[in-house]
Amino acid sequence: MKPGMGVYIHIPFCIKKCLYCDFPSFAGRQGRYEAYKNALIKELEASEELAEAAVETVYIGGGTPTALPAGFLGEILEAASKRGLEAGAEVSVEANPGTLTKEKLEVLRSCGANRLSIGMQAKQDRLLKALGRIHGWDDFLASWELALKAGFENMNVDIMFCLPGQTMDDWRETLCEIARLLPRHVSAYSLSVEEGTAFFELQRTGKLKLPSEEEDRAMFAEASLELGKIGLRQYEISNFAVPGSESRHNCRYWKREGTLGFGLGAHSFWNGDRWRNSYDLNEYVRSAGQGRKEGLARPGLRESMEEAMFLGLRLNEGVSAEKFKAEFGLALEGVFGSAIHKMAALGLMENSGSRVFLTDKGRDLSNAVFLEFLLD
Amino acid sequence: MLHDQSKIRNFCIIAHIDHGKSTLADRLIEKSGLLTQREMQDQVLDTMDLERERGITIKAQAVRLVHKADSGDEYILNLIDTPGHVDFSYEVSRSLAACEGAVLVVDAAQGVEAQTLANVYMALEHELEIVPVVNKIDLASANPEEAIREIEDFIGIPAADAPLISAKNDINIDLVFEKIIAGIPSPKGDENAPLKAMIFDSVYDSYKGVIVFMRIMDGKLKKGTKAYFMATEKMYEAVEVGFFGPGKFVPCDELMAGDVGYMTASIKSVGDTRPGDTVTEFERRADKPLAGYKSVNPMVYCGIFPADGAKYQDLRDALDKLKLNDASLQFEPENSIALGFGFRCGFLGLLHLEVIEERLEREYNLDLVTTAPSVIYRIYKHDESMMELSNPSDMPDPSVVSRMEEPIVKAEIILPSEYIGAIMELCQQRRGEYLSMEYVEQTRAILRYELPLNEIIYDFFDTLKSRSRGYASFDYELIGYKESNLVRLDILVNHELVDALSFVVHASGAYERGRKIAEKLKKEIPRHLFEVPIQACIGSKIIARETVSAMRKDVLAKCYGGDITRKKKLLEKQKEGKKRMRLVGSVEVPQKAFMSVLKLEEE
Repeated sequence: MKPGMGVYIHIPFCIKKCLYCDFPSFAGRQGRYEAYKNALIKELEASEELAEAAVETVYIGGGTPTALPAGFLGEILEAASKRGLEAGAEVSVEANPGTLTKEKLEVLRSCGANRLSIGMQAKQDRLLKALGRIHGWDDFLASWELALKAGFENMNVDIMFCLPGQTMDDWRETLCEIARLLPRHVSAYSLSVEEGTAFFELQRTGKLKLPSEEEDRAMFAEASLELGKIGLRQYEISNFAVPGSESRHNCRYWKREGTLGFGLGAHSFWNGDRWRNSYDLNEYVRSAGQGRKEGLARPGLRESMEEAMFLGLRLNEGVSAEKFKAEFGLALEGVFGSAIHKMAALGLMENSGSRVFLTDKGRDLSNAVFLEFLLD
Repeated sequence: MLHDQSKIRNFCIIAHIDHGKSTLADRLIEKSGLLTQREMQDQVLDTMDLERERGITIKAQAVRLVHKADSGDEYILNLIDTPGHVDFSYEVSRSLAACEGAVLVVDAAQGVEAQTLANVYMALEHELEIVPVVNKIDLASANPEEAIREIEDFIGIPAADAPLISAKNDINIDLVFEKIIAGIPSPKGDENAPLKAMIFDSVYDSYKGVIVFMRIMDGKLKKGTKAYFMATEKMYEAVEVGFFGPGKFVPCDELMAGDVGYMTASIKSVGDTRPGDTVTEFERRADKPLAGYKSVNPMVYCGIFPADGAKYQDLRDALDKLKLNDASLQFEPENSIALGFGFRCGFLGLLHLEVIEERLEREYNLDLVTTAPSVIYRIYKHDESMMELSNPSDMPDPSVVSRMEEPIVKAEIILPSEYIGAIMELCQQRRGEYLSMEYVEQTRAILRYELPLNEIIYDFFDTLKSRSRGYASFDYELIGYKESNLVRLDILVNHELVDALSFVVHASGAYERGRKIAEKLKKEIPRHLFEVPIQACIGSKIIARETVSAMRKDVLAKCYGGDITRKKKLLEKQKEGKKRMRLVGSVEVPQKAFMSVLKLEEE
């Protein structure tokens, strides 16, 4: 039996770059869409690794994948399917309001997409504007309705908190809309200001007023509570789902299961190696996806164990002692015992014996916990 | 050349910083025809980069010039350079003692300043003839008449015929030579008397050992002379004697009374060649040493620790090397709970401290953590025994202490009159006792205060400069000890004493200082997973408290495929940052926190 795999396909185009975005994406490069799509298809067709694996999930992310014309999206999905999908594979596409049409949605459906992730971010138009989004609340609603009509049942909605100018009431209103729409999956992200973004510059010059750490956590707690009321349970630091509707693709990352990345700057983890594609759009298109594997490296035992912790602990279920032992041949307690006890003593972690996992407080301070799991 | 003392002039140049001492020295050297213009290195006398940057001279050096006077006679002019800062006042005094006269350089635009005065007074104490010159006369803002008037009124020496020069642009330099020859007496030593030579400086050379700079007062010194150092009671056979060519040592057969020159004798340490010591002949000793010798002791102490504990040995090696050329630098190993292994170092003063610190960082590439400087306190116990305290951690329990004394300095501040109010206020705040004030002219005054040394070692100079917009100049000398109500202020971080932050302070300022330090530390110590109280206390009494509240959020919201390597790097960077902090109990304190409490800016 072939080993399972997740396929990630990156679409680095947006109508406009959001002010907080540090992902590889470009605005206003419509002229490059076709060449990029062709390179992507070539890369999918030529991949040797794809032949070795059973593709269980496909995830088209961005950027804004739905910035591409319907036809291109269809071609890309078909190129991926041609390499073979497992029965019942999860096929997700990220979409942003303002780029979705009935036609695009129908093409996506007919080419096998069965999960849609829509960037709603906030209910309030003033906050959407402050983030540099191109859409308003009405655009989101319209997209949501179109997606339902096109037959998408398994949908995620992205929302953000700790935004400049956002109050607790704003946040409650956003959560209230979620409760009305009843998506099966919600990603609730606390805004993080990354270097190289417009927000970073604003913050550096003191022009970005963000809610305090305390407000941030209160907003998160509110989300956890409200989403719980509609049956969504937190399963990862920023992710909530109706049990059974967790993002199977994303879980592969946290569980360190094999994934292949296609497209600009896409990362792969396969057979123990990590590598990525070029971040240079021209180079990527020129080499038609046949460029060299950049940053190719095989994490050693220590590094792998560290990864297993700081990725695995992102999940509410945590890290299983048995799985750890099976994978690395070492006892979890033996390798990380002191960190586990230290964090447990601070109330940030629990150890059931069979698995270790973060408490709510531990999730609030997850970075500080992860630091303890970096071996010296 | 026949040895003729009447054709020798030994002199130094005294000036306030930036008034053009080094430039004049360069010009004199250049004009003596021993160097071509091309060989002239800018500011020949100051060899260390650091000095050049700061515009000050740290180590005294000397140069022998040969000048053909208008009369046609050739004169030997020995220029002895002096350090320009109060920290090195003893070294200055020895350099002055090697001279018969001093050229006083006064900036035509700036006039007389505090350091000028201090140096002039010292020169007068050594009975030097003073030859005033007014420099920078070609500046647009030059006011030579005013400068002359200040020299006459302020210092009380005639200056009506002082040469008006520009050392920079080579105006009237010949007049300076003539004044030196005419105004400064020649040496009058006895060539046949037993050797008496005064050491005024020395440098360490890795090939020759210590090169001892000296002025021959009486007698002769030649290669093979068994030289006896009277203070250290050591005997060395002179391997080489010579004089100071511009930028190099020039060996010669013998040095005679009136000469300025050097000797080498494979001496291992500058500690054995103390400034002021008298060198005589072992077999034909002088009956008594020259007056004025004293052993110099550090005035200011602080702990110096390597930022990276593994660099302890490197720090020791670097200090050893600096010590080779700086007998006044003292250090001994110190172990701090907060900062690990380092050294307790003694310095002549704050500038000396800063210079050493900078040289360690710059020349030896060391990253340092320095604790608050401390002066030497005298602690009298009930049994009347006295201990000198230079490390606050060593302070005995208050119950055994009957009284304490602290060092007091007399400070002279020259400043534009509009800042008098502000500066008097500053001196009052620093527990100064007003002594006197004199107007030098309508717009400038000299303010004299007695100040506790410990009040001026933190940030007095910076504050003085900022409150006077850079116009006030400042000089001080140690005048003794006075009883004082002193307490040790301790800082507790998360209930643990941070030894490196303890210091001695006057009881009246303890609350204020404790409060400021606690506030400052609150800003410097990052949030932890738990609440971190910061307390300032005297004994068991807490006088100030701040709290670093617990961290509430530290989350990477997004972590998917493409990000894993990058997020890992972020975590590693974060961890690396933690490593660079000092662990106090379970609290990570950034190194910068130790330094920042030294500078508690006002406002």
